[in-house]
Amino acid sequence: MVNGGLHEVDVPVGTTLADALRDVLGLTGTKIACGEGHCGACTVQLDGVPVLSCITLVHTVGEREVTTIEGLREHPLVQAFVEADATQCGFCTPGQIVSAAALLAATPRPGHDEIVHAMSGNLCRCGTYPKIERAIEAVAAENRGG
Amino acid sequence: MARLIRTEKEVEGRYTEQWVVVEEDVLEQWPEGPLQTVGRPATRVDGLARARGEARYTQDLRLPGMLHAAVLRSPHARARVTRLDLEPAMAMAGIRGVIGPSDLEPLTNEPNYEGEAVAAVAADTVAQARAAVEAIDVEWEVLEPLLDAEQALAQKSFVTNPRDYERGDVERGLAEADAVVEAEYRTQSVLHNALETHQSACEWEGDTLVVYTSTQFLWGVRDEVAKAFQLPKDKVRVICRFMGGGFGAKGSAGDYTMIAAELAKRTGRPVHCRLDRREENVNSGNRNPTIQKLRLGARSDGTLTAIDAEYECLLGWDGWLPPTAGPAQMLYACENVRTVERGVRLNTPPMDAFRAPGFVEGTFGLECALDELAAKLDLDPLEVRRRNHADHDPMDERPFSAKELMECYRRAEPHWERRHEVRARSEGPVQRGVGLATQLWYGGGGPPSYAWVRLGGDGTVTVVTAMQDIGTGTRTAMAQIAAEELGIPLERVTVELGDTAHGPYAVVSGGSSTTPSMGPAVRSAAADVGRQLIEIAAQRFETEERVLRLENGKIVSDLGGSWAIEDITGLLEDGQILGNGARGPNPTGMRVLTFGIQVAEVAVDMETGEVVVERIYAVHDVGRVINPLGAESQIEGGIIQAIGHTLSEKRLLDPQTGKVLTRTLDSYKLPTFADVPEIVAELVDKPDAHLTNLGSKGLGEPPIVPTAAAIVNAIRDATGADVREIPVDRETMLRALAEAREREKRGAPAAV
Repeated sequence: MVNGGLHEVDVPVGTTLADALRDVLGLTGTKIACGEGHCGACTVQLDGVPVLSCITLVHTVGEREVTTIEGLREHPLVQAFVEADATQCGFCTPGQIVSAAALLAATPRPGHDEIVHAMSGNLCRCGTYPKIERAIEAVAAENRGG
Repeated sequence: MARLIRTEKEVEGRYTEQWVVVEEDVLEQWPEGPLQTVGRPATRVDGLARARGEARYTQDLRLPGMLHAAVLRSPHARARVTRLDLEPAMAMAGIRGVIGPSDLEPLTNEPNYEGEAVAAVAADTVAQARAAVEAIDVEWEVLEPLLDAEQALAQKSFVTNPRDYERGDVERGLAEADAVVEAEYRTQSVLHNALETHQSACEWEGDTLVVYTSTQFLWGVRDEVAKAFQLPKDKVRVICRFMGGGFGAKGSAGDYTMIAAELAKRTGRPVHCRLDRREENVNSGNRNPTIQKLRLGARSDGTLTAIDAEYECLLGWDGWLPPTAGPAQMLYACENVRTVERGVRLNTPPMDAFRAPGFVEGTFGLECALDELAAKLDLDPLEVRRRNHADHDPMDERPFSAKELMECYRRAEPHWERRHEVRARSEGPVQRGVGLATQLWYGGGGPPSYAWVRLGGDGTVTVVTAMQDIGTGTRTAMAQIAAEELGIPLERVTVELGDTAHGPYAVVSGGSSTTPSMGPAVRSAAADVGRQLIEIAAQRFETEERVLRLENGKIVSDLGGSWAIEDITGLLEDGQILGNGARGPNPTGMRVLTFGIQVAEVAVDMETGEVVVERIYAVHDVGRVINPLGAESQIEGGIIQAIGHTLSEKRLLDPQTGKVLTRTLDSYKLPTFADVPEIVAELVDKPDAHLTNLGSKGLGEPPIVPTAAAIVNAIRDATGADVREIPVDRETMLRALAEAREREKRGAPAAV
């Protein structure tokens, strides 16, 4: 299952989830920046848990639910990232939003330390971290209000 | 009327004289302060596309029939290929093309640094291409690499001729000094690590070569590729609409573009050549290491009497000599200055520009030495900087076009005052301190740069120019400028950029030059449209042009009455009003620079050597600010990158083989979310009255310039230890602490 739709993927053994998403399903919102699980740009959710799709083999996914940035386009974090100016070059942004969405799903009102802990696996070379925190806090504040 | 003028052009401190044709710039600058759109925070016009994962980067291209390239790169720092058989690669599944050193210029039989390209293949899949590279039968004769700076100096192994500069007499100046600091500073090699790696996809359409590439300079790539393939320049079309970071290293075409173009030519199919992260960390440029020998002298009141500086810039096999001595030459009004910069050639990967190349390194040494001097004289470091303020360019007496550095110092004062309170919060092994450092950099931009603006029948405006937005937010700034000039809401402006076939020439996005170069051209094109609109409206409503103006999406008459812009443009149906704009020249006889100061607060664990940056205050003078929100992001980003090179980032080389050991993002330590301090960013936001119709300078680089020195000066303030190299990892910190304890035991004064 990818973003709520069922897909059957026929690829060689050893194909990563990231490559399957990008090359077979055309979901290029998921980025590959290091290809070896160090930077977080390729983060997607597997049953709601953030995983590094560039080191996840697609054959191990089975029938679990994969959520990519394309499945989170209506998430309030997307607008919050824009409002807070939390994207510069934007290459890490989809992965950041996928990680942040998983954080907010598990912890609707995270504190600073929880944000830092949950987001430290997502590198941003442009240095948007302060703005990302502001975006997450903005959505968390809505959660408080709601 | 078009005027042919000879003007000085500056990119990252490299000055050239050139002819340019400029239009008379009849536009007065806008008044100071926030206007309708310019000077007010704007969210990025392309923010949603990026955040929703819809922005299409070079990496996301899927051209029909596209092949993937892989490159055989030298695993040795210096070697000779004694046998190269490409046949086994050609025989493999999915392989569509193979090239070697005899086929293409950047491919070589005699690599002089690790990662230099030798051969390349194109295949149906990336995996097939990589497997074929593995299958190439190659034998190397490994040669002794030149890796030692001392040895290279002795052999006079230079990439370019050393650059000398002298004013006054430094020896006399040192003799007149009441205190002298003589010390050696070192900076490391830093790797850019933009998250989108260097890459291009090339496709031939008849006799035209289309290059999709992750670049900071569409037109530079066009020119390079046209030359390499002997094509008329406009037979090369370069496209980059979204770009995943550059930081200086994506200013030229690179071997990957040439490889993709050649393989595309041979296979008749599009070819994508993308560096992987490990190639990226070896083969895509780096900030070159420096060894800086400084002697600074000052009188007891803090007046500098001499700056003597020698810089060994370890450039690697190739590159250019960055203006490392720039801060020593220009930052202070010192009469006696001598600098020497040597660009040392070694068998290591070539340097490339990295966000304020030279000035990051040079500012570190100079601003640390100045603090050591202030400590010797028992003077306040901020006062010493004020005392040596340069009222005009100390190199050639030219006036500055504008300089608000004293205002920056004034605004920094309360943040500097925090030092007493910060120090008092030291407890146990954790010592706290505050340090500051001044910033100087270029950033004035220049011609040639052009923009077109078109106003459609529905009253929407499109800015067309073949510039690039590398993530700095220039697309948004251009939209703001056009909206301001035409008096329309930002939402009605679209910016089309990133394609040399679809728009006029635009400047490199480097040297903090995009906004100061493109902004005036966009304003001038928008003004051209505005003039025509008023001419048309005057005829339509039978009134005089001089009583009409554009305001809030309307044409307003001083005599009363207003009409929506669509009332005019609607008449034209599919007709459009087209405007042209060009960047005028920089003011003659003036030096255009950016300025600022940063104040850092740190905590140092005296037992473990851990340094934590707790707060950075930054104030910069870059003339008029177009988008305060985007500007704040630029400052934060520059500071965070600087925290990386100050504390954790370092390219490690194997000292025997010259191989890069930090090829991955777990071995090369980029700053993470956990490394970010509180950052307070301010801008003076006063238009440079002499610079263009905007008065704006660039902000891409200034924020990264002074941070390392400010942090290291804070470390000295906290601990008394003189740290003279970056990064300040725990080993470096503990060594400096041990030296400081040793010195104290001997009863010697601080700062030798």
